[in-house]
Amino acid sequence: MSVITKTTYSEPNQKGYFGAYGGKFVPETLIPALNELEKAYKEASEDPEFEKEYLYLLREYVGRPTELSFANRLTDHYGNAKIYLKREDLCHTGAHKINNAIGQILLALRMGKKRIIAETGAGQHGVATATACAKFGVECVVYMGEEDMVRQKLNVDRMRLMGAEVRGVSSGSKTLKDATNEAIRDWVTNVEDTFYIIGSVVGPHPYPMMVRNFHRIIGDETKRQLMEMEGRLPDYLIACVGGGSNAMGIFYPFINNDVHIIGIEAGGLGVDSGQTAATLTKGRPGVLHGSMSYLLHDQEGQIELAHSISAGLDYPGIGPEHAYLHDTNRVEYRAVTDAQALEAVSLLSRMEGVIPALETAHAFAWLEELMPTTSPDEIVVLNCSGRGDKDMETISKYL
Amino acid sequence: MNRINKVFEDKKNEKIMSLFITAGYPDVTETVDLVLGFERNGADIIELGIPFSDPLADGPTIQYSSNIAISKGITIQGIFNMVVDIRKESEIPVVLMGYINPMLRFGLENFFTTAAKAGVDGLIVPDLPLDEGGMIEELARKNGIQLIYLIAPNTSDDRMQLSDQKSDGFVYCVSVTGVTGAREGSEVQQSVDKFIQRSKANITKNPLMVGFGIKNFTDAQNISSEVEGFIVGSALIETIRNSYPSEHWKEVVFDFVHQLKFGYRNS
Repeated sequence: MSVITKTTYSEPNQKGYFGAYGGKFVPETLIPALNELEKAYKEASEDPEFEKEYLYLLREYVGRPTELSFANRLTDHYGNAKIYLKREDLCHTGAHKINNAIGQILLALRMGKKRIIAETGAGQHGVATATACAKFGVECVVYMGEEDMVRQKLNVDRMRLMGAEVRGVSSGSKTLKDATNEAIRDWVTNVEDTFYIIGSVVGPHPYPMMVRNFHRIIGDETKRQLMEMEGRLPDYLIACVGGGSNAMGIFYPFINNDVHIIGIEAGGLGVDSGQTAATLTKGRPGVLHGSMSYLLHDQEGQIELAHSISAGLDYPGIGPEHAYLHDTNRVEYRAVTDAQALEAVSLLSRMEGVIPALETAHAFAWLEELMPTTSPDEIVVLNCSGRGDKDMETISKYL
Repeated sequence: MNRINKVFEDKKNEKIMSLFITAGYPDVTETVDLVLGFERNGADIIELGIPFSDPLADGPTIQYSSNIAISKGITIQGIFNMVVDIRKESEIPVVLMGYINPMLRFGLENFFTTAAKAGVDGLIVPDLPLDEGGMIEELARKNGIQLIYLIAPNTSDDRMQLSDQKSDGFVYCVSVTGVTGAREGSEVQQSVDKFIQRSKANITKNPLMVGFGIKNFTDAQNISSEVEGFIVGSALIETIRNSYPSEHWKEVVFDFVHQLKFGYRNS
């Protein structure tokens, strides 16, 4: 395995780089805001009171720790390694996204910001942000592509019910990429009083690091729970990757351990179909939304449209830390198709009584490839990042 | 002497007008002719925009013109060819303005050598702040392309001074915190005065050009009263958008340009 397992992992560096990836590729107007954020985040992360309040809210409001469930029927079905599910679908609002939204809103309040903006794709981060804003009584504007507003109508209604303003974005592909552009434009314009809660491990430094750190509780809990149940670490760790926040959350505490880590991208109709969101598999390095990472872009450097059945993975970029973990071979990245993900939704629902989000189902689909290569004395942990209620309309079409 | 420096040297007694046009808008066949017409009607510097699919520092107008240009098949090599054609007839300074990703994909080394050969004078990269500029500063210097950094109202004094050190040709004052686009006159003027004063105190090596939000002669004169010149982009593109492809669209556009610089029509 790579050099990282032999030394202590300490990415990113002072300039916000994970190897060659990351950085701050933003207009000058945002530099003071990023510097202010970096300073405030550093102070907050060294303040025991901040951590105490964050952990209090995760316990009393979000419902942490989430369970690590032994998937006995799924294990029997494959007949090899034991399979455990980290149940982020049990978090309040139905996905891991709330961990980060709570962390960032506490930071925003600490910085005296009065207005929150966010971008959302599947709507899970938008819902998490709207939830946190309702809980603290703060103004909330969520940018969402008009295409996604149709695909994820339930989440639009949830956000509005909690008092958030959902602004439809009609530019470009009308999806997450364009919602992110629009949120950045809002931030450039209202930089004095506005805090931008980014929903994944993407964007300019310090966001990729900060969002990872607000989600690392997923991996920290997993480690502790598995030690209690099995007295050891897992052999395999699997999570789906769009921007990559749930994956970084569960991967990060295991980076220095001898664990085989696998990230699953959305292959769409197939990685060579031209209708894919498999950024690491098919993309090349470039700059989008404030950081250097892998991207889907054409020969002229124009960003290409991603495709996935899952709105949350339908993004032509990926967090810079994943790009680094990919290049250093610390994490294995693979892709599964829309069809494979749908099969996995069905299998997990019937076998375990857990209906996963379409995003999450991509990670489960990889079990078909992985499980035949494992043995009964091994352990696989999957991050069950979100529940599938929001996707029922899409899923119903294929039943 | 670099063409940009020469313009500021030669025209000390007038306001320098820099015009931004998205290369390939309203059509790839029009860009060279538009640039030459801008020059005839008073433009002193041309900023040629390299279209990008995700221009996050730009408002709706430049997003629109960029999308049109991309749909018409604009390429970076095509833009260099346009500069070659402009150079056959004109010595007007040409500054390329574009986001970093298309340049990275073209290959930075190749981008700078080809730009220099074509006759490009300067470069503005709105998503490459000082913090990341290291990746192109040496290439720019080596190829004689002047790198122009932007400063905003919330830029600290220290950063303004560093921008001055790292820039050549001029420093670009972004008059408001926000994206590109025409704004109501009072909105721009009120906030800008203090910022201009602070910029002048900190920028001592380079001339200052102020932009973002200027839509007519009066705006331009007011906002640039204390600096060397002004930049207009979105208002120009809006004028094209409103008249293209009517029969006399280019006359309408060139009239607008002449008015911007001189305050009266060219007739």
